[in-house]
This record gives sequence, C-alpha cells and structure tokens, in this order.
Amino acid sequence: MEPKTLFDKIWDAHVVKQVKDGPDVLYIDRHFIHEVTSPVAFLGLKNRGMKVFRPQNTIATPDHNVPTLEQHLPIKEELSRLQVEALKQNCAANDIQMYGLDHKYHGIVHIIGPELGVTQPGMTIVCGDSHTSTHGAFGSIAFGIGTSEVEMVFASQCILQPKPKKMRISVDGILGKDVTAKDIALYVIAQISASGGTGHFVEFAGSAIRSLSMEGRMTLCNMSIECGARGGMIAPDETTFAYVNGREFAPKGEEWDQKLAQWKLLKSDDGAVFDAEFKFDAADIEPMITYGTNPGMGIGVSGSIPTGENLIGSDLITFNKSLEYMGLNPGDKIKGKKVDYVFIGSCTNGRIEDFRLFAQFVKGKQKAESVTAWIVPGSKLVEQQIREEGIVEVLEAAGFALRQPGCSACLAMNEDKIPEGKYAVSTSNRNFEGRQGPGARTMLASPLMVAAAAVTGVVSDPRDF
Amino acid sequence: MSIEKFQKLVSTVVPLPIENVDTDQIIPARFLKAVERKGFGDNLFRDWRYKKDGTPNPDFVMNQPHFSGRILVGGKNFGSGSSREHAAWAIYDAGFRVVVSSFFADIFKSNVLNCGLLPVQVSEEFLAGIFETVEADPTAQFEVDLESQTITNVKAGASVKFDINSYKKECLLNGYDDIDFLISIEKEIAAFEKA
Ligand code: SF4
Repeated sequence: MEPKTLFDKIWDAHVVKQVKDGPDVLYIDRHFIHEVTSPVAFLGLKNRGMKVFRPQNTIATPDHNVPTLEQHLPIKEELSRLQVEALKQNCAANDIQMYGLDHKYHGIVHIIGPELGVTQPGMTIVCGDSHTSTHGAFGSIAFGIGTSEVEMVFASQCILQPKPKKMRISVDGILGKDVTAKDIALYVIAQISASGGTGHFVEFAGSAIRSLSMEGRMTLCNMSIECGARGGMIAPDETTFAYVNGREFAPKGEEWDQKLAQWKLLKSDDGAVFDAEFKFDAADIEPMITYGTNPGMGIGVSGSIPTGENLIGSDLITFNKSLEYMGLNPGDKIKGKKVDYVFIGSCTNGRIEDFRLFAQFVKGKQKAESVTAWIVPGSKLVEQQIREEGIVEVLEAAGFALRQPGCSACLAMNEDKIPEGKYAVSTSNRNFEGRQGPGARTMLASPLMVAAAAVTGVVSDPRDF
Repeated sequence: MSIEKFQKLVSTVVPLPIENVDTDQIIPARFLKAVERKGFGDNLFRDWRYKKDGTPNPDFVMNQPHFSGRILVGGKNFGSGSSREHAAWAIYDAGFRVVVSSFFADIFKSNVLNCGLLPVQVSEEFLAGIFETVEADPTAQFEVDLESQTITNVKAGASVKFDINSYKKECLLNGYDDIDFLISIEKEIAAFEKA
C-alpha cells in the first residue's frame, strides 16, 4: 500500500462522495456553533423548511459576544443579547445541546470541546470560526468554515470541500528556557510568513512538538491558520490518549479500547509525501513578540524591529503603514517598549496551563500600576480549576483580578476593548488593525511574556527574572 | 437561498491597491452582530471609509465619485484573517459581483463563491496593469466572462484566463447552491453513516 499522510487517512475515511471535477462531500463528525456565525445559517435552513439533520453531533455555546463580568445579569449590549437569545431559541427549536452562560460547561467553543472530551482523534470537526484548527491538536481534521457552510452541515452533516495540499512543519530539539508553544507558533509564522501555508493543511511533527502538553499543542494548532493554512494537526500519542481518557464525553470501557486501537494507527506513514516541508531547530527559538499588524510580523524579544530596508514597492508601503499604525520605529529594540494593557485568555492561551505559567511568574511580584490587566479564563471549568489550585490567591496578591469566561479582548466584540492608541501585550492570536478595539495596538506573545510585561509595564524578557 | 446567476459582466472597477487586506478591514468585528443577512454593505471597509465622527473619508476610494463599478480590485493576499462570511456578504451587498486580486486567502475565496461573488485571480503583472489603467482613466471598462474564464482590460486590449473549479463554475452560471446539491444526496449520506 502506498504510504499515506495522517491527513489523508482521516480525510479519505470521511469522503461520502466525490463530485466530478468538483469538491469532495466530506462527512462531519462534530459541529461546534456559536452565536455570531450561526443565526444566518439557521435562518437559511428555516427558509428551506428544514431542521438540523444531526442535532446530536452539534454543540453550541455563546462566547464571542458575552461580557466577562457579572454574567448572571442580562447582557447590556442589545445586539449581543439578541444574538445570544437567537442561539438559545435556534438550539431549542433544533434539539441542539447548548452550554449557556449559566451552564457549568460554558466557555469558548475551542476550549470546551477538548476539555469535555467531545474532541477526539481521527474526527472531522468544523465550526464557523477560523480557530477551529485548535482541535487538530488531537490528530483530527478541524477547520473553520463560513456561514453558508454552517448551513450545509446543518442541512446534511456534510460539506463540500476540495482536498487541500499537505505541508509538514517539523521542529526538532529541545526548547530553551521560557520558550512555549506560543513562541513556536509565532516563530514558525514569522519564518514562513502570514500567507506561507495558504492552500495547505499542516501536520506539525518533530521532537519539540512531541514534548508539548496537550495545552501547548492546542495553542500551536490554534495559530496554524495564522500562516494562511487551512488547519494544523498533530498525530495523537500517549499524551493525547491520557488527556482524552476519562473526560465527560470520551468513550468508556470496551468502546475506549476499540477506539484506542484505531487511534494508535493515526500517524503519517514512513515515506508519505507532503506537498511542502519545513524543518526548524527548537534551539533557534526565543520568547517571541509581534511588532506589526499581522501575526507574521514577530521577532525574538531580544531583537530589534526590522528596518524594512530589503523591502520594495507595495511590500514596503504595507510595512510602513503597519509600523505607523503601531507607532513603532524601525530598528528600535522591542524590549523596553511601554505597555498599557495586558490580556491573558482566548482560545489560544486560555487553558489552565496558561494561567499556571502566568501565576508562577507573577507570584511574589506586583502588577505595574500603569498596566490594566484582563485575566480571562477560557471556560467555566478552567475558572473552577484556577480557583481550586489556589491560583486566584496568587493573582490577587499580585494585584490581578480574575474575570469570567469568553472571547473577550481577543476580538473585542464585548465591552473588553483596548482603547485607541494603547499598547496591549496579548496572548490572543491576531494583531490586525482594530482587532482588539478601534485603534488598539496589539503585540502577540506567550503567557510568560504577558506576565513579564504586566509586572514591569514594558516589553520584558521573562528569562531576565 | 439560491444564488444569483453570473455569466458576463462589463464594468468599471474600484481599485484598492493595498496588500493583505484582512477580513477585519473588510468588515470590523463590531459589525458582525446581526441575525439576518442584511445591511452589511454599509459597513464595508468601515474604518477606512468613514472618519471617526461617521462622515465619509474623502481619501478613501469608495468615497471618490469618479471611481465606481461592480468589480473590486484589491492588492495581493486579499481576504486573509477570519472565516467570517460577513466579509463576502459586505462586498456583495455593496454592489460588487467580482473581486480581483493576485492572491486570495483560502476561506475567503470559498466564502465569496458561496454568496455568488466571483473571485478572479490574476498575475501580479496583470493586476498592476489594472491599477495603472484605472489610475490613468477611471472610466476604463473591464469585461469578466465566466463561461470562457477570461478577464479583459477592454482599453488595453489585454485579456487573461482565470481558474475556477468547474463545479463552482456550473453553480454560478446556473444560480445553484451547494445545499441544493447536498440535500439531493441525503440517502447516500445516511448510507455512509451506517457503513
Ligand atoms: S477567543 Fe478569539 S479566536 Fe478564539 S474563538 Fe474567540 S474570538 Fe475566535
């Protein structure tokens, strides 16, 4: 048999039909929905006189719009409230399980899927949100879709998709001190650019990737789309199985044994061919931070902002526009730049491990007075764990307050907006103009980098402490 | 909701010679809070098109009356960023039927096709030619013909072919959508689930 990639194995097992000269009809195992990209799809379905085809494979949570304080009160912002209300009604009308604000499993869609064991190896998973790639950490094919595609999945549990090309990105070696999965992500994107992965589905491989926890793998796969890729995935291994085992919706007993045997076959065969390959050395990666307005504009914290001298034409115009927006000067050291806000949270870094790291760093230190900090757990379960592990006390002693779960400042659809012109060091995934609020200046980094900025009030290197 | 048929279009173009125009620029997240697919066109390129006080920014191309048309031409890597289909709807809703660039982000490309907009990917050179032509003469006409998969710079007489998946081409030419197709194979889907 011809050697196959992990991606091909899962994809091929889910093709219901191939359309002549067209895309594949791909069967979807799990469909996650949230309040922003689903209402129009529900409306389309209703206009066709239909109901959701397989409601039991669909899970809903309101996350993008929701406030992160006083969630027990009605949502103040009218349009947000309307969308959350619409989700509730649509789910009820279609028998879909929804984890609302008052549910113990509420949280960001890409956090709760894995933590409830809904996300499993070998699955196809979609959601009307580009960071669905997060679930690829479990060795599943997971990717974001548009609202028309959400409607397709509602109507048929399938979508039409052309098969993407395959790319392998290997990172081998041992990660340096204070270098996290987030730094690998920002490093890889800086190396291959924000469009370097376009048209491809990425498999991450290599010893440095294997060494990551599930939380770290999720962070990396989450960011895979920021290099333009359709999604990212990592072959499941003992780390994966141990994480899934025992979770609420994970297979149990005999079913577990059966699944486990299948999951163990989920890896790229020796000699499998990829359309593109990149190899990196873990030792070259230092704590990273972005200085520009796309996630590919990242540098090591000890580095300087590029001068753009090798750029020409529209690349140069784009570069200059970006630095002007950021209010940063070419050639300056990034370390020591003033920081006004810090944000830890989002589906990139809103898991328990991220808060542990942050707390470890700030323990016994104090938040800089000039800094406003938003500490937002990715889910109710994460919040609960933060409390149980005594992290809240550490945070509070250092001058930080914990908020309630939601997407929050990641895309600033709720009240958590960075004011115009202010600098935020953020664990989220996008630094586009206005992403964290109109005029907000975002620097993406790891929870440790965020912690270092939070206590110093400037961009700092966590290794200096 | 089937899509509007597309066969041929002759129009002037609206040039936007900026690279990496991402979906947050096309429609900022704060305008995604609708439960119906209506009115997104007004917020297309919101933060470039309007000043903070809500008045039109005269420097932005959509506010310059000598530029108009149903073809939007953007710089390289158009539509990167989020999967929000609202970006495609906003462009469609603002009256465009064709988007031209030398490179499109993947999700964006399938989103625009799904709402009945035609993405036309051309070479860097041809793109530069379009920008030059409109800069010299904003009334210059362009023809986009889906059947023959060509875009023609009428004035310059230059014509190039563009790629489109043949299934998507059929859909657009006939105004079908994917859901019509998927519903028609429901039995096969149910059989797949059992296998
Ligand atoms: S946290 Fe940010 S990236 Fe993740 S789902 Fe929410 S808005 Fe999207």
